[in-house]
Amino acid sequence: MGEFITNLLNNTIPIELYLAVTTIVFFVGVYGFLSRKNMIMVLISIELMLNAADINFAVFNRYLYPGQLEGFYFTLFAIAIAAAEAAIAIAIIINIYRKVHTIYVDEDVSKMKY
Amino acid sequence: MNILSLFVLVPILMLVAYAFCPNIKQVRAIGVIGSSIELILSVVLLFLFFAERNAGNTAEMLFTFDAVWYQAANINIHFSLGVDGISILMLMLTSVIMFTGVFVSWDMNPLPRDFFMWLTLLAIGVYGFFITTDMFTMFFFYEIALIPMYLLIGVWGNGKKEYAAMKVALMLMGASAFIFTGLLGIYFSTTVNGQHTFNLLELAKADIPVAVQLWAFPCIFVGFGTLSALFPFHTWSPDGYGCAPTAVSMFHAGVLKNLGAYGCFRIAMQLLPEGANQVGWIFIILSAIGVVYGAFCAVSQKDLKYINAYSSVSHCCLILFAILMWNKTAMTGAVMQMVSHGVMTALFFALIGMIYGRTHTRNLTELGGLMKIMPFLGVGYIIAGLASLGLPGLSGFVAEMMIFVGSFAHADLFTRIFTVLCVTSIVITAVYILRAVGKVLYGPVINDHHLELTDAKFTERIAIVVLIVGVAGIGLYPGWISEMINASLTFVH
Amino acid sequence: MLTFNYSIWILVLPAVMFLVLGLGGKYMKPVVSGVLGTITMAITTVLAYLTAYQYFFSVGKAADGTYKAIEAFNFEWLRFTDTLHIDLGMYIDAISSMMLIVITTVSLMVHIYSLGYMKGEKGFQRYYAFLSLFSFSMLGLVVATNIFQMYIFWELVGVSSFLLIGFYYTKPSAVAASKKAFIVTRFADFFFLIGILLLSYFTKTFDFGTLTAVGAPCFSSFAGASFLGISAISWTMFLIFMGGVGKSALLPFHVWLPDAMEGPTPVSALIHAATMVVAGVFLIARLFPIYLFQTPEVLHLIGYIGAITAIFAAVVACTQTDIKRVLAFSTISQIAYMITALSVSGYDGHDGLGYMASMFHLFTHAFFKALLFLGAGAIIHAVHSNEMDDMGGLWKKMPIANWTFLIACLAIAGIFPFSGFFSKDEILAAALHHDIVLFSILFIAAGLTAFYMFRLYFRIFHYENKQYHHAPHDAGPSMSIPLIFLAVVTVVAGWLIPFDTLITADGKAFESHIDPLVAGLSIGIALVGIVGAYVFYFKKNEKPDQVATSLGWFYRATHNKFYFDEIWMFATRSIIFKCVSKPMAWIDVNVIDGFMNGLAYVSHQASEAIKGFQSGRIQQYALIYLVGALVLIVTFCGWLVAFITK
Repeated sequence: MGEFITNLLNNTIPIELYLAVTTIVFFVGVYGFLSRKNMIMVLISIELMLNAADINFAVFNRYLYPGQLEGFYFTLFAIAIAAAEAAIAIAIIINIYRKVHTIYVDEDVSKMKY
Repeated sequence: MNILSLFVLVPILMLVAYAFCPNIKQVRAIGVIGSSIELILSVVLLFLFFAERNAGNTAEMLFTFDAVWYQAANINIHFSLGVDGISILMLMLTSVIMFTGVFVSWDMNPLPRDFFMWLTLLAIGVYGFFITTDMFTMFFFYEIALIPMYLLIGVWGNGKKEYAAMKVALMLMGASAFIFTGLLGIYFSTTVNGQHTFNLLELAKADIPVAVQLWAFPCIFVGFGTLSALFPFHTWSPDGYGCAPTAVSMFHAGVLKNLGAYGCFRIAMQLLPEGANQVGWIFIILSAIGVVYGAFCAVSQKDLKYINAYSSVSHCCLILFAILMWNKTAMTGAVMQMVSHGVMTALFFALIGMIYGRTHTRNLTELGGLMKIMPFLGVGYIIAGLASLGLPGLSGFVAEMMIFVGSFAHADLFTRIFTVLCVTSIVITAVYILRAVGKVLYGPVINDHHLELTDAKFTERIAIVVLIVGVAGIGLYPGWISEMINASLTFVH
Repeated sequence: MLTFNYSIWILVLPAVMFLVLGLGGKYMKPVVSGVLGTITMAITTVLAYLTAYQYFFSVGKAADGTYKAIEAFNFEWLRFTDTLHIDLGMYIDAISSMMLIVITTVSLMVHIYSLGYMKGEKGFQRYYAFLSLFSFSMLGLVVATNIFQMYIFWELVGVSSFLLIGFYYTKPSAVAASKKAFIVTRFADFFFLIGILLLSYFTKTFDFGTLTAVGAPCFSSFAGASFLGISAISWTMFLIFMGGVGKSALLPFHVWLPDAMEGPTPVSALIHAATMVVAGVFLIARLFPIYLFQTPEVLHLIGYIGAITAIFAAVVACTQTDIKRVLAFSTISQIAYMITALSVSGYDGHDGLGYMASMFHLFTHAFFKALLFLGAGAIIHAVHSNEMDDMGGLWKKMPIANWTFLIACLAIAGIFPFSGFFSKDEILAAALHHDIVLFSILFIAAGLTAFYMFRLYFRIFHYENKQYHHAPHDAGPSMSIPLIFLAVVTVVAGWLIPFDTLITADGKAFESHIDPLVAGLSIGIALVGIVGAYVFYFKKNEKPDQVATSLGWFYRATHNKFYFDEIWMFATRSIIFKCVSKPMAWIDVNVIDGFMNGLAYVSHQASEAIKGFQSGRIQQYALIYLVGALVLIVTFCGWLVAFITK
């Protein structure tokens, strides 16, 4: 254990740790997406998944192609898209709330079914 | 510019014109002008055609035009035009029915402009179908013709119109799936000059493998046969005609059924002779049954439109029967029957529409003695009826006799027996026609309210007279038409 | 040599007149259209007489004394194949010339007569238009150069008959009768058409000239062909004859003719007595060489059908009370006579007596039967009823009708020297030579004819003195002149016209003479019939009723025309309509259409069943997606591992 921590402090952090973190974040997002009924929470879950992907982009770029910047660019791009998406999603949610007075997906938000 | 493309261009211009003219009077004017132009065009085309032929042009198709529409690795679609005597007849028929259809729909309500627009779109499809020689383009125009049908019946129809519209659309769409399968089969199995082709003329000369013919023939025949009410795929037609507005019934019965028969003739018979030879007997049986069956069904109908819808089934099955005979006389008869049936049925539906517009019923039991009240319509109806039961001097006789003589000349005893079966229809036809005439026109007036009704108006008279002239003209002087058709049947021996 | 160029106008004039009166009639005064039609018919008549005169006395006779057929016109109307084509033309030979005379004369008389009879009727112009149409079609029929032209005009006379029977179209019985007439004859025409198709299939020609040439080579292709054990040519000729059965109202297709009396009476005289109904006889006469040489067995059958019809109709005529129906059954009987006469004929010389007699009888019958109908029309016009019970004692009140009717009755009964005697006598003589059975049937029928005709005569003109609302009187000149004219023809036609030199099967003249035995017998039986009628019907008495009661069921059956109408009604209404047509319509809606609706129903149900998958819940979709993705990944990894380890 001591050796591991020493390595950790001395050397660069191994890629697996990053990937473990992003995997956990991603699946937290997936779980949240599947289980949450509140649309805001669903949206936050989606953001979590996106963030996990963003970190992956940065990490892979850093570790596999250290001389290049595409991964970082893509991360920035995805963040921008996520922001826009969140804005639209919140707008939709607000509109739904105005119409049906709830933002819980399992309640009355089934008018557009079929 | 090729004269044939005008046939499609004029309706397109009409559509544009309709789009800018909301006023009912303008709409009518556009309809009359446009359809008159088409009528004149088709007559001009006829004379040009004769001039070319007399000048010694013996090409199979005249006024040809060819442009690549879409070409890629495996796809070779052309916009190729060309007509022979048969297509010219079909174009003339379409023009006549479109012309009269405008007059019949003079007081269309509601949304007259939209009605005329859809009708024109329908005409584009039909005209396009008859002028092209490329199977894919043909199919394209066929689909164009189908779609307006749904809306025309569904919006402007009467009775259970949604049901009928859906039925017509679905059955014909289903049929077009068969057609397209067959077309692709032909296309991919045959190469001309190292390339696949949809061109009819080139395919007619190419050898399509027999194995393909054997399944492509039934596909295409059933597909197009459904459109021309081949037993047992005819059931869209009574409901469809029963519920459609008058002009649409006229167009559908008069032209679209011929479109199906034309397709059977051009594609199934001309391209797939071996298939016709080997599996044609199935369709001979089906169409012969259809002839008698349609006639018998008509005998016990109560609704005038249904009587004529079943009558049309019977007549169209006779067309298909004759097409399958594979000899010149019967096939000439088939094309004559197409023209004759087109004009005659259009006349019938126009008259029924007018009677219905006045009495608000088509039920035989609620009508009677109309001859006294509306003699013009009555006489028209009797003439149409006599044409339908094959009175000499009217169009039906010529066509039917050519078919009977032609198919009786078939060497097979089997075919001759089925011909005899078909001939029985002349008796049954007489029964249902006279039954309708006797109940509706003759006898005492049943409903006193009918006494206040009026006879045909001027616009209606134009439509009726044009159609009657057509019926009588073909019947009295059939020689030139049969010559024209006969000369076009170069592939039949 | 004179040509027959003008003869085309015999056809053109009535056709033009039909169009003029049909299209322009409503813009004319009724009387104008009537006179116009009559004048046209008069011109046509003159032309027809000219044609016939020219044929018989100048052009037609070849050097060897035989009459050859002349094709005055022939042009191709519609080409079927290289060998088969419908031609329209004029084929002038002995029988067509004779028919031209018959048709134009009777038609002209009817035109004139109708000026008075139909006066004031609604649709007067239409009536004359239809008369012109009928005259045109009938003339076209008899001059047909080929069997298909004949079929064309055959259909046209059928339709003009339909239109004229249904002239009073607001009367339900007239409508029903017109429908019945058309459909029954159409049914027979179906067989005719099949016959034509068979004939053309084997012989490759429609042309009468080719077909009826003696020893025509075109029949060799029939050799060996048979169907159901009967040779093809017998089928062919029998089927063609069936067409004639329909038009000429022989058993069992006679049912339409009595009902056809619903039409105006002059129409009955023209169409349903003199001209159209003899089309069947004309057809057999036209094709006579084929029947005689190719299918003698069919000709024999025709004879028996004819004889049975003759006696059947004569029996029925004895019990009818509607005077027009009596005449209708009499017509059926007389036409059957002509048909039978053809069947007992040979080809040349005295052997061909039957043929000549048949044509002779056709000729004389046309005139005296037209006279009877027109006379009946005059009576109906005066009494306003068709029923015998409303008549009686008219002989004083209507002298012209009385005398002309009496002449016609004597003629049809076969009393010397009226025309019917000569023709009927020849028929009986021919029958006696050939077939004693046929002769006996015809002989009895002749007696019955005399009986029912004089029953009719006595019931109308004597019997009892009825009281009438309006005193009946003879009609005006337009109705009386045709009566008198026809009466004169009836008296003289028999001995004035040398039929045996003019109209024979082989075109050669022969010497026919009155066989004293046959003549004596036929006059004898006619007298018996007349005396019988005199005893029963001259004065009102109880005897007819007593006889009727004593005959019991036989009388009832006869009175009901042996239930033929009911049988036809049953066959059409109960079997065809109820058992064929209705079930078919039911099948169409429920089975065939039901199948299509079933397809739609199945797809609808299937879509209902799976539409739950599309819940609209994104979380559900995501879960399914996730599970699917995991399954795929696991499968893929498993496959990869298996692949690597292998």
